[in-house]
Amino acid sequence: MSFETAGYQLAPVLPELVLAVGAMALLMLGAYRGQGTTKTVTSLAVVLLIVVGALVYMQPAGKQVTFGGSFIVDDFARFMKILALIGSAVTLVLSTEFLSDPSRRIFEYSILVLLSTLGMMVLISAGDLISLYLGLELMSLALYVVAASNRDNAKSTEAGLKYFVLGALSSGMLLYGASLVYGFTGTVSFTGIASAATVSNVGLVFGLVFLLAGLCFKVSAVPFHMWTPDVYEGAPTPVTAFFASAPKVAALAVFTRVTLTAFPGIVSQWQQILVFVAIASMALGSFAAIGQSNIKRLMAYSSIGHMGFALVGLASGTVEGAQGVLMYIVIYVAMTLGSFSIILAMRRNGQAVEQISDFAGLSRTNPLLAFMFAMLLFSLAGIPPLAGFFAKWYVFVAAIKANLFTLAVIGVLTSVVGAYYYLAIVKTMYFDEPAGQVDPVRIEVRTVLAVAGLFNLLFALFAGPVVSVASAAAKSLF
Amino acid sequence: MTTWPILSVTTFLPLVGALIVYLSRGDDEAAKRNSRWIALWTTLITFAVSVILVMRFDPANPDFQFVEKANWLATGITYHMGVDGISLPLVILTTAIMPFCIIASWKAVTNRVREYMMAFLILETLMIGTFSALDLVLFYLFFEGGLIPMFLIIGVWGGPRRVYASFKFFLYTLLGSVLMLLAIMALYWNGGTTDIPTLMHTAVPRSLQTWAWLAFFASFAVKMPMWPVHTWLPDAHVEAPTAGSVVLAAILLKMGGYGFLRFSLPMFPLASHDFAPLIFTLSAIAIIYTSLVALMQEDMKKLIAYSSVAHMGFVTMGIFAGTMQGVAGGMFQMISHGIVSGALFLCVGVVYDRLHTREIAAYGGLVNRMPLYAMTFMVFTMANVGLPGTSGFVGEFMTLLGTFKVSIPTAFFATFGVILSAGYALWLYRKVVFGALVKPSLMSMKDLTLRECVTLFPLIALTILFGVYPKPVLDMSAASVQQLVNNYNTAVTAVKAAALLQ
Repeated sequence: MSFETAGYQLAPVLPELVLAVGAMALLMLGAYRGQGTTKTVTSLAVVLLIVVGALVYMQPAGKQVTFGGSFIVDDFARFMKILALIGSAVTLVLSTEFLSDPSRRIFEYSILVLLSTLGMMVLISAGDLISLYLGLELMSLALYVVAASNRDNAKSTEAGLKYFVLGALSSGMLLYGASLVYGFTGTVSFTGIASAATVSNVGLVFGLVFLLAGLCFKVSAVPFHMWTPDVYEGAPTPVTAFFASAPKVAALAVFTRVTLTAFPGIVSQWQQILVFVAIASMALGSFAAIGQSNIKRLMAYSSIGHMGFALVGLASGTVEGAQGVLMYIVIYVAMTLGSFSIILAMRRNGQAVEQISDFAGLSRTNPLLAFMFAMLLFSLAGIPPLAGFFAKWYVFVAAIKANLFTLAVIGVLTSVVGAYYYLAIVKTMYFDEPAGQVDPVRIEVRTVLAVAGLFNLLFALFAGPVVSVASAAAKSLF
Repeated sequence: MTTWPILSVTTFLPLVGALIVYLSRGDDEAAKRNSRWIALWTTLITFAVSVILVMRFDPANPDFQFVEKANWLATGITYHMGVDGISLPLVILTTAIMPFCIIASWKAVTNRVREYMMAFLILETLMIGTFSALDLVLFYLFFEGGLIPMFLIIGVWGGPRRVYASFKFFLYTLLGSVLMLLAIMALYWNGGTTDIPTLMHTAVPRSLQTWAWLAFFASFAVKMPMWPVHTWLPDAHVEAPTAGSVVLAAILLKMGGYGFLRFSLPMFPLASHDFAPLIFTLSAIAIIYTSLVALMQEDMKKLIAYSSVAHMGFVTMGIFAGTMQGVAGGMFQMISHGIVSGALFLCVGVVYDRLHTREIAAYGGLVNRMPLYAMTFMVFTMANVGLPGTSGFVGEFMTLLGTFKVSIPTAFFATFGVILSAGYALWLYRKVVFGALVKPSLMSMKDLTLRECVTLFPLIALTILFGVYPKPVLDMSAASVQQLVNNYNTAVTAVKAAALLQ
């Protein structure tokens, strides 16, 4: 018995189908039962994400293609999908507190996260420019709304609007680039483009540049990063955690897939773009973060820098580079979710505090929280033996192999600059006088923090298996 | 003979101790006492285990012993541990100094004792690991990981300018090390592995040797520290608590010298030979310049810090002389300096605990109230000067001898350091210990307590023992050093012969 429609296999898209149908069902539930169901819908959404994750995990190894090549499921896609699903599920868990406020009982929030996740999964599996755009827009449109989900807050609304306007601009650029690529190669499928784009001509390179610009916007790489600090600061904290994790996974995945599978013939063309973007992102992420006083804004610059580091791996254009990107994004997601769970835990008298000075003396008022955050910050700075070191190791080792020495040297030097502002937070927590007690941390935040913190601390012990999985996933792209 | 992983046990025992300290909750006096005792026992047991290493160590064998290997990361990066005659003395130095550090902090540290002890125990694991790792990635892990506890030790329990000092320490060292990280990656692609014994026998192309040598140099020169990148050291020493200074001077500085011996010389012999004049120049400048700077100091710890830089100059000079005497002397000088400078910082700690100042001008005439202290301080001052009969002499003499065979001007200038060190060390001693006891604040000073005697007297014994009978240390490292020097000279002469043929 085959599971198909119009001659196309449906087994590869089963997880996406389940997610789409599940999201619709939950929407119905919410629409007919009203805002009182917010909590139920959120819990069911988490369960749904876990089920979809299990389905992705159970898909057979190896490459499956459907819909005439526009949808690809390979080890790489499965790896990235599971990661994106984890990111979405964890942020939904972290959102419980935010959604429990009577004025913000919006069940649509979870539905939007689910739809956005569906977009990510399509994006990760995209095999041609059409499904790429489809996935990208589904993901982004949901994100714009989620950013503004704190309806009565001017900053949140501003964040949503800003994100939407700039996002629309970047979509336009991406579409323009896609049309040029189509015009000069005569096809939209990545494999088709790869066989047509063996020699670079001006039109193709033009299209490539616009395509990459649109993608750079989604991973918030310099010079398309302007939206990031404002949106991160303005959006509610759980939403910021979401922005910083799952969509980054999807965007980086499609970035990797497009460059490596659609343009392997003109590596030298996109390599120089990526080298520039990586250097600019790392430098801006390191230097601009120094002056920040709001922790969410700081995390925005930090994420810009981290995307720069991830792109270092991609810039090498090799299988090691792809493996580096995979390692980087896994560790980055864990570090980010851990850090945001700490930012969510920082509440005084029922109010969330997000200035860095609010962390003063945390090591004495809440030693465990301070220790976990300090370790996450050292990890973000790339200090061994924490997880962040391994992330940097795998991207830079790829860059060295590809003889990108200038990129590697500038990269590690900016990481030293970056270490300064992470250290400044550690200093605030450990060397300064306490700024008052912190409210007891909610159980779900504590759980996320414990898992992410232990992952970060003990990564060196189980790095071997992760490396092998990432290596297999990277090989599936070549 | 049992086959338990003795080296890993030595390395990770302190970490287990740190976990036990963590589990002993509470913030009252009893809890503080508990953490102190747990930390002390952990360091003592670790030392006892490391003594087994010495007993089972075969000094005639120049290769790595107690080797342990396990899968870790895929593709050529393994968990590989082992010690030879170069690393074992440093491992023992580490395990031997740590109990003294814990005892020295017994009364001096009263707030956040639990975290303090944990930081020291974790630091011990990372230090032992640095010296016994036989894989470059593993080495880097331990080497850089040590920054985190030391940063916290200086920053949380340090003096008034602790924030500045801890940041400077961290960022300076990190800046040097990240370049080394890139060189490690280049070596990985060159040899297909990060296994240190394998890489020692892997040919490295000349151009890569040059760049990799420079990158490793960036890291080790900062750590050592060599002039002109030594400026973080005086700040770190002055602000760190006594035990932090002891660890810094006695062990952390040795990582630089160990790095040169373990990596630069065996893996990049040609580059080492090419750059030897650079090292000689920097060492000679360090010896003379920092000795002169030391003469001008008003802070006791700062003076000793600058003298450390000068003494490390002898080590680098000896190592890059590439002769048997030079390398063995550098090795011995590291051990001797570890004992002597550690003890000197403990001596400063003794008076600091009583008067809470390190100003040299605040003291004077201590011999009248503290005869035992005066005697102890004198022994270490003399060892710092390099008086024959103390361990300081052996190291300086051997490195000078080794360098003399290679570069007479370097040896000539370095010898001035011996004279200058007598100048600042005796000046310090006279100002602090001799003279009339006129300052009212000093009238009530008590002599060494039993606890302080326990920390200082064993170090006196070692200083004099190694001064008159340096054989145990030299024998332990002789075979490995001999092999290192032979390989180095073979590689250099082969290239010279090839150049002559052309």
